[in-house]
Amino acid sequence: MELTRRQAIALGAGALLAAHLPHTAYAAGEEAIQAFTGGAALADTGITLTAPEIAENGNTVPIEVSAPGASEIMVLALGNPTPPVATFKFGPLAASQSASTRIRLAGTQDVLAIARLADGSFAQAKATVKVTIGGCGG
Amino acid sequence: MASGVKPRVKVPKTAAAGEAVTIKTLISHKMESGQRKDDDGNVIPRSIINRFTCDFNGENVIDVTLEPAISTNPYFEFMATVPEAGEFKFTWYDDDGSIYEDSKSIAIG
Amino acid sequence: MKRTTQALGALGVVLFSASMGLADPVDDTLIINEETEIVTRTAAPAHISDALDEVMSGWLFRGAETRAMQADDFDNPGMIFVEQAEEKWASADGSEGKSCADCHGAPEEMAGVRPVYPKWNEAAGEVRTLEMQINDCRTTRMGADKWKYTGGDMVNMTALLASVSRGMPVDVAIDGPAQSTWEQGKELYYTRTGQLELSCANCHEDNYGRMIRADHLSQGQINGFPTYRLKNTKLNAVHSRFKGCIRDTRAETYDAGSPEFVALELYVASRGNGLGVEGPSVRN
Repeated sequence: MELTRRQAIALGAGALLAAHLPHTAYAAGEEAIQAFTGGAALADTGITLTAPEIAENGNTVPIEVSAPGASEIMVLALGNPTPPVATFKFGPLAASQSASTRIRLAGTQDVLAIARLADGSFAQAKATVKVTIGGCGG
Repeated sequence: MASGVKPRVKVPKTAAAGEAVTIKTLISHKMESGQRKDDDGNVIPRSIINRFTCDFNGENVIDVTLEPAISTNPYFEFMATVPEAGEFKFTWYDDDGSIYEDSKSIAIG
Repeated sequence: MKRTTQALGALGVVLFSASMGLADPVDDTLIINEETEIVTRTAAPAHISDALDEVMSGWLFRGAETRAMQADDFDNPGMIFVEQAEEKWASADGSEGKSCADCHGAPEEMAGVRPVYPKWNEAAGEVRTLEMQINDCRTTRMGADKWKYTGGDMVNMTALLASVSRGMPVDVAIDGPAQSTWEQGKELYYTRTGQLELSCANCHEDNYGRMIRADHLSQGQINGFPTYRLKNTKLNAVHSRFKGCIRDTRAETYDAGSPEFVALELYVASRGNGLGVEGPSVRN
């Protein structure tokens, strides 16, 4: 999918709004977290999220999540118009509870990963990704 | 079926019994997000692959729910345990109801 | 590294000085599939040694994640399109019922072709790009329709032909009958265009390594074309890239496949003589 410059600017503006205002996308992120965790407390250890500090283009940002023993990991891009990105459920033959993929980010924002750990508790990891745009729009 | 959709998977040909192997998958797909508009200002309807699964001899390795924020040509890398010789089965589910499948055998050696 | 910053137009000064950060290309080695080493920096060819000491692939100017994506054929999304071209390569088309493979054999038989194009064609009396040669094959030998110059089928096929030459040094001839075309390309390279009055050289010779807003300016080498861009998630032909650059100077551009762009391609390719063929590369 190709974003035109105008669309990219519009998406970026949306991301700014989401970061600063109570807003539908922000609420949607909260809702997704609530649905996944049932409102449980989130520990800060037990999950790692690897993402570039600076992404050369928001259309294709490589990320990796890992949470040893987790049954599932949900990834959210809190500044996207629709925050959910993916949910990984690990089966009995998963050799590690980790996965890599490539995601779209509408602008500079926080990416959040939440794992349901083996004991049923939840843990989160967050990474801020700066999304850059080209030199002269080319 | 969306046009030009082609799955690719990379799995080692052999492994030791019980070994963890790295699997990579890539499928050519536009992943139309539903956020874009055409030249006339109409929203282009969402059309994505919404689920991907990998099983080995009928047992699950990974089951992924994809949202529109997954990039064009969805890519996944993960690790699987290979308890015995057998076959990995990969399945992608398209919004339009299409199902794309691929499989790879692995020997113990 | 030698830099010549004089001769920047007033607008150019504003453009670059707004974010005059220096960010040198990385010190890294490109090895594809853990077997094919690509020359990504080498001594500048003699004909541009007055302007540059060293020529460098755009790969060195990209971030770690983008560089890694090109180092493995499975991770490189451009290879999806190479596979599509492999199917076309073996499929008969046109009134003669022939495929590319019927005359040329396996795609690997074409190793060594990409590095010498654009190339003088004696019979036609013109410098031809790979795209022109492919369309000549299609119309003359296969009895098939031409492909659109920067269309999907064409860019995929050029990616296949580049992929089988990866690692071989670019080696276009600039003398003899090709010389006048090369001179024309050189003239275009140094001609300022558009409302911004920028030539290719203003960015890619005078200011490579600097940041232009958030982007790291490369030397504008084309040894990596066609290139899979993260920006538009597809393969991009070199003439499409020329158009993009010239459009961004706010100028009317030449058309893909035009004599001007053929000449410019020959000249820009010659500035990278010695760099390894990388196509399909991965860029931002």
